[in-house]
Amino acid sequence: MNISYMYSLIAVVVLFLLAYVGVKLPGGEVFFGVIIPYLALIIFVLGFVNRVIDWARSPVPFRIPTTCGQQKSLPWIKSASIDNPSGTGGVIVRMILEVVFLRSLFRNTKCELKAGDKISYEWEKWLWLFSLIFHWSFFIVLFRHLRFFTEPVPACLQLLEKLDGFLQIGLPGLMLSGVALLAAVTFLFLRRILIPQVKYISLGSDYFPLFLIFGIAFTGILMRYFTKVDIVGAKAFTMGLVTLKPHITEGVGSVFYVHLFFVSVLLAYFPFSKLMHLGGIFMSPTRNLANTSRVKRHVNPWNYPVKIHTYEAYEDEFREKMIEAGLPVEKMMEPETPEEPEEKE
Amino acid sequence: MPNNKKMYDKGKVVAGLCIFVVLITFPFWFNLGKAAPVPEPKLSDKAKAAKECVMPKAYMKAEHMQILNEWRDTVVRDAKRIYTNPSGKKFNMSLSNTCLDCHTEKAEFCDACHNYASVTPYCWDCHIDPKEAK
Ligand code: HEC
Ligand code: HEC
Ligand code: HEC
Repeated sequence: MNISYMYSLIAVVVLFLLAYVGVKLPGGEVFFGVIIPYLALIIFVLGFVNRVIDWARSPVPFRIPTTCGQQKSLPWIKSASIDNPSGTGGVIVRMILEVVFLRSLFRNTKCELKAGDKISYEWEKWLWLFSLIFHWSFFIVLFRHLRFFTEPVPACLQLLEKLDGFLQIGLPGLMLSGVALLAAVTFLFLRRILIPQVKYISLGSDYFPLFLIFGIAFTGILMRYFTKVDIVGAKAFTMGLVTLKPHITEGVGSVFYVHLFFVSVLLAYFPFSKLMHLGGIFMSPTRNLANTSRVKRHVNPWNYPVKIHTYEAYEDEFREKMIEAGLPVEKMMEPETPEEPEEKE
Repeated sequence: MPNNKKMYDKGKVVAGLCIFVVLITFPFWFNLGKAAPVPEPKLSDKAKAAKECVMPKAYMKAEHMQILNEWRDTVVRDAKRIYTNPSGKKFNMSLSNTCLDCHTEKAEFCDACHNYASVTPYCWDCHIDPKEAK
């Protein structure tokens, strides 16, 4: 047992019960169905913008080249234009590869002591693979949900649904992204509790989003394949939200409200959590700066004007006294013997 | 740290945030000024006469695909074609010959809902709408 994940798990279970029981109280449906989602969205957008602006106020005076390749230098030395870009083009490519394929994570290695005291670094791609699956399936699931928020539904969504459900298992057809999301979240959680080093550095704020996302995926799958909801009724409700004419549809069921509440909590929690890496990735100095350390002069923006007293001025001021005291000076009053003391010894 | 409120790369950051806000609020402006009426699946005269579906309405609404799945498997795998519902009524387990026999107006019934919920059952690649076939 570990306090970090127990607390997170308990928090998610409490949230579940809160919504599950709460909607049955008078006014519960309006509270969990209308007030909380709107509030969550406002917190999400304002919190997100605020956080990014806060980051943008931190000066990044110098380039931070955590480079994995040769910097651009002499023309006959081959440079790594994506890993160590010297211009905007390279930075954009690097950023796209980072966002779309989690490229930095691909370099993940496992550090182990082998045979007692031999340190070894090993190829470790599982974290990258499951993170990639996680992010992509989450994105696809999210994108597919646009069918509840648009009318008419854009045609590209139907194409995506066809692709996602191409295995045509059961009815309603199994959507692969949902299963992949649940599997990937499970892997990311197991990784945190099964690898001792990772467990040691994992905090409640690492587990909580995992449990919450697990809860969201779980309630979604539960509704789609098992307990069933009236999809048309659910869409009538969500369309009410996005056309700013909210109304409650009867008989959508508690699980739907739990699902909605989990999503609202995730949205509201987002700007204050590590999930902000969604915006943060674009603000990472190691990813968004071209390595121009040697080409351009970068001046520290918070350098304040310093009153300078050069050695020459100092000597001009104290030359007489220095000579009296026998200290060496650079410019003699009568140009003689600056080196004499040394010669004598 | 200096206590300044200056934003660095302001142009880029603000542009990025604008894109973010526009994307997030996509459903709000996409549906602006559009009426999004909830579809009312229209019952054909034949269905009206029958009064009842295979299962109670609330069940049909959410789980009709499950019934179709069950029917499909039973017919194709077990070669059984007769389904008895809980109230003892017997049905020939067939998509085109039973469901669409009552719900003759596929476009105004099945499709009305499906378009709204963005589901495109692939059944019609093979199965026919008897009305269209004629
Ligand atoms: C009350 C509205 C409604 C009516 C009427 C309706 N459907 Fe559906 N149907 C739905 C919804 C909503 C789904 C999608 C469920 C989901 O995505 O979980 C669906 C899904 C299906 C699916 C599964 C599609 C897939 O690929 O997952 C089939 C098959 C289906 N309906 C057949 C029919 C037929 C045949 C009729 C007409 C006899 C019909 N439906 C009438 C609402 C309706
Ligand atoms: C005997 C005629 C009959 C047959 C056969 C039949 N239905 Fe129905 N169906 C009805 C009637 C009548 C209703 C309306 C029930 C009500 O209003 O209580 C209905 C309602 C429905 C609804 C709910 C519509 C709504 O307004 O929410 C769906 C979905 C549906 N049927 C699908 C099917 C499917 C799929 C099949 C084939 C498995 C099927 N029906 C077979 C007569 C039939
Ligand atoms: C690849 C073509 C094909 C597709 C796609 C297809 N079916 Fe069928 N289906 C058949 C064939 C062939 C039979 C066997 C017909 C028979 O024996 O009467 C059948 C039989 C059935 C039956 C029982 C017999 C009858 O008359 O309806 C049902 C119910 C059925 N399918 C439902 C579905 C549903 C629901 C879908 C969509 C989710 C679907 N099928 C998609 C080919 C297809």
